[in-house]
Amino acid sequence: MTDADRLDATFAALADPTRRAILARLAEGEASVAELAAPFSISQPAVSKHLKVLERAGLITIGQDAQRRPRRIEAAPLAEANAFLERYRALWETNFARLDALLDELQGKPPKAKN
Amino acid sequence: MAMFFEHADVSLPGETTVLVRRSFKAPRDLVWRAHTEPKLFQRWLLGPPGWTMPVCEMDVRVGGAFRCLWRSDEDGKEFGVFGDYREISAPIRLVHTEFFDAGDGADKGEGSLQTLEFQERGGATTLVSLMDFFTKDARDAAVATGMTDGMEASYALLEKVCAELR
Repeated sequence: MTDADRLDATFAALADPTRRAILARLAEGEASVAELAAPFSISQPAVSKHLKVLERAGLITIGQDAQRRPRRIEAAPLAEANAFLERYRALWETNFARLDALLDELQGKPPKAKN
Repeated sequence: MAMFFEHADVSLPGETTVLVRRSFKAPRDLVWRAHTEPKLFQRWLLGPPGWTMPVCEMDVRVGGAFRCLWRSDEDGKEFGVFGDYREISAPIRLVHTEFFDAGDGADKGEGSLQTLEFQERGGATTLVSLMDFFTKDARDAAVATGMTDGMEASYALLEKVCAELR
């Protein structure tokens, strides 16, 4: 997978609220499919489908226990997606900080001292 | 709900969209003007240091066109965005299309539809900017390169990402 493909898969996986809820649950510790399905009003097969999307994106892996096959969260791809979003956010913030100064000027406020 | 976003808040509410929110200690009229008057817009939407916006034209009426051009002080590279206004409810809501112009008349793609809302409360204004790129690939490319609204520091990176997405 290229970087772009991986990011693509990560964003796609994160676009769904049920999958985000599953990740939030897994952030607390590994869980079996049955345990993950319990809080949601959807079937186990539906949860399995979501888990497959998360797995393909590398966001979760399957643990050692062959019987329970617990799912666990993988931090790296999430961190990568966050890094992209953070860089994007920082770029906007650069612009908005300039807009702050412009708005102050338009309101006749003295310019703020730079830290 | 009166949230004050002291710093830019970015989220991905849908498969093809990006939501950016930011609050300003200024009345809505001024934040609106900073988005619709070229002389003001040219002073803040510049992206990383080293870029200027020598061209900014806005015909702010429904169906009217706008065009912005950025230039790098360092190597003279240029790129731009253009589009037209779809909805104007001053100073509350602004909807416009936006297309990327790499400066070579190349593939313009599907562009994006941008909806800006200016919410005033207690003398402060929250800008809620929703950008819809129509496809997930385009959305992800925009996020990955920071190209949206023409804030691209290096469109070589964009080209690379687009090539990879193809």
